[in-house]
Amino acid sequence: MHTKSVAQLVKGLGERQFSSVEVTRMYLDRIAALDTQYNSFISVDEATALAAAAAADKRLAAGDGAPLTGIPIAHKDIFCTDSMRTSCGSRMLDNFVPPYDATVIQRFKAAGAVLLGKTNMDEFAMGSSTESSYYGPTRNPWNTQLVPGGSSGGSAAAVAGLLAPAATGTDTGGSIRQPAAFCGITGLKPTYGRVSRLGMVAFASSLDQAGPMAHSAEDCALLLNAMAGHDPLDSTSSTMAAVDYCATLGNSLAGLRIGLPREYFSEGLDAATGQCIKDALQALEAQGATLVEVSLPHSALTIPTYYIIAPAEASTNLSRFDGVRYGYRCANPVDLHDLYTRTRQEGFGDEVKRRILVGTYALSAGYYDAYYKKAQQIRRLIKQDFMDCFDQVDIIAGPTTPGPAFALGAKSNDPIAMYLEDVYTLAVNLAGLPGMSVPAGFVDHKPVGLQLIGRHFDEARLLNVAHRFQQATDWHLRTPDFAQGGHQ
Amino acid sequence: MAIEQDDIAKIAELARIRIADDEIGQVTARITEILQMVDRLQAVDTRNVEPMANPLDAIQRLRPDAVTQGNRRDAFQAIAPAVENGLYLVPRVIE
Repeated sequence: MHTKSVAQLVKGLGERQFSSVEVTRMYLDRIAALDTQYNSFISVDEATALAAAAAADKRLAAGDGAPLTGIPIAHKDIFCTDSMRTSCGSRMLDNFVPPYDATVIQRFKAAGAVLLGKTNMDEFAMGSSTESSYYGPTRNPWNTQLVPGGSSGGSAAAVAGLLAPAATGTDTGGSIRQPAAFCGITGLKPTYGRVSRLGMVAFASSLDQAGPMAHSAEDCALLLNAMAGHDPLDSTSSTMAAVDYCATLGNSLAGLRIGLPREYFSEGLDAATGQCIKDALQALEAQGATLVEVSLPHSALTIPTYYIIAPAEASTNLSRFDGVRYGYRCANPVDLHDLYTRTRQEGFGDEVKRRILVGTYALSAGYYDAYYKKAQQIRRLIKQDFMDCFDQVDIIAGPTTPGPAFALGAKSNDPIAMYLEDVYTLAVNLAGLPGMSVPAGFVDHKPVGLQLIGRHFDEARLLNVAHRFQQATDWHLRTPDFAQGGHQ
Repeated sequence: MAIEQDDIAKIAELARIRIADDEIGQVTARITEILQMVDRLQAVDTRNVEPMANPLDAIQRLRPDAVTQGNRRDAFQAIAPAVENGLYLVPRVIE
C-alpha cells in the first residue's frame, strides 16, 4: 500500500477498499521503522494523526468526503500548526507551539487531509542541503551518504522514502524544486501569490511561495487544488481565481513551444545530467512539442541579485525573534540589550546569522542604493528576460540543478559553493514565475530533475506537460526500494 | 568592497547579534566572500530601470478598517518566555 499514489489512495478510500486509519497507521509505522535512517521528520504526533484519520473515515462513511479526505500528508516544519511545535529547523523556535494554523494547514484540514507530521528543513529555509537544521541533517533515501537537497529536504526525503504519499514544501530560491530533483520526486513552486503565506514562517517575503511535493504531476495537481486560492489575510495573495489543476492534465502537447535557454545548457552543467535533460526533451518532442532555443541574457546575475534581496528581506523578517514574545530566550540576561543579542547569538545557526548580517549591511545607511536598490533594478531585468522569452514560447525547460545530489558535508563549510547549487532555480523566484521539477533519469543511481518554467499563473500548463511526460516515462515511479533491488 | 572586522562588529550591533571575539575573524572572512560575489552587480548599467519590489508589480492592497480577529492575549502570552499580569517581562530598562 505504501507505493500507492495520492490519486490511487483517493480512489481506494472512496471505494472503501481500506480506511484512512489503516493508511495512516501504515505510514506512521514506516516512519517509526525507517526514519531513523533518513531523519526526514522533526515532529510526529501519532495520536492526533490517527484521530484525524478516524474523523476522515466517518466523513467518508457519511458520503461527506472532499477530494483529499483521509489522505495523510506531511508538512514542512515552516507551516504553523495549532498546538503542534513549529520549529522552522531552528533552536530559536524549538519551543514554539503556535496558537493558530497556517492557511495552507487550514485548507488541508478543511479538505479532510490527515496531518502526518512535520518535516525537517534547513534552518529558516536557508540552505540547499537540509544540513543546517537544528535537528541534524536529513539523508537522501536513494543513498544515505548524500544530501536530499534543501531547504524542503525533509519533505522530499519523506516522499522519496515512501514515508508519506505527499508533502508540502516552500520555495524561496529553489527549495521545493532542488530537493525534488535530488530525491527523484515531482515538486511545484506556484506563481508568487498563488498560495497563501499566512502562517508560513517568513524568510524573504517577495520570494517565498508554498507548493506540493509528491511522486507525480497528477498528485501535485490534487494537492495544489487544495492549497491555491485567495486569502484575504495575506495581502500579497492573488485575487485571481484558482482553476481545477486536474482538469487539463491530459491535454495534448501538439504545438507546444518549449524554450531552451542556452545559458542553462552551458558550462557548469554536468554532462551526464545534461544528457538526461536532452533525452527528456526528446520525449516531449515526440508528443508534438517544438523545441526553440532562447536566451536569458542576465542569467549570470541571478545569484548575486538573489543574495542581496533574500538576505535583506530575511534580516527584516527575522528581527522579530527577540526573545520577548515567543521562542528561545537566553538564560539570565543582564539587561535588555544582552537579552536581544545573546538570544539571537544562541538561537540562530551560522548560515542564518550570515544572511542577517549581509542583509543588514545591504540595507544600512550609505549602502542601500548600491546594494538593495541596485539588486531590485537588476531583478526587473531578469524578469524582463523571461517575459521576452514567453513572447516566443509557452514554457521554458532545462535542468533543475547543475548535477545530482552531493555528499553530506561536501559543501556545508563553503557558503558560496552551496549558493551555486541554485543557479537554475533562483531566477524563477526573482521573476515570481511558477516552476516544477520532474524526475528525468539517473546519473550513477542518483536522480536527475527536469525543470519546467511557466508564465505567471500557468501552473495548469506545467502540470499538463509534466503529466504527459510521466505518461510516456516511468522515472517518477522508480523508488529507492526498487533501486536497492538492483534495477536502478 | 573590502570590509573590516570593525564594520562587521557595527553591523552585528545593528542586527542585535552578539559575535564572540574568537569568531569575528571567521565571520568577517565569510561575509567578505559573499560581498565580493555580489559586487558584480555594480558593473551593470541600470539607468532608467525601475526597482522591482514585487514580482507581479502588485501594490499593497487595503481592506476595510473593521475588526475581524478576536482578542487572544491569553493564548499568545501562554507561549511567551516570561509574562506577569498580562505583560511581557524583560530585564529592567529604567533604573
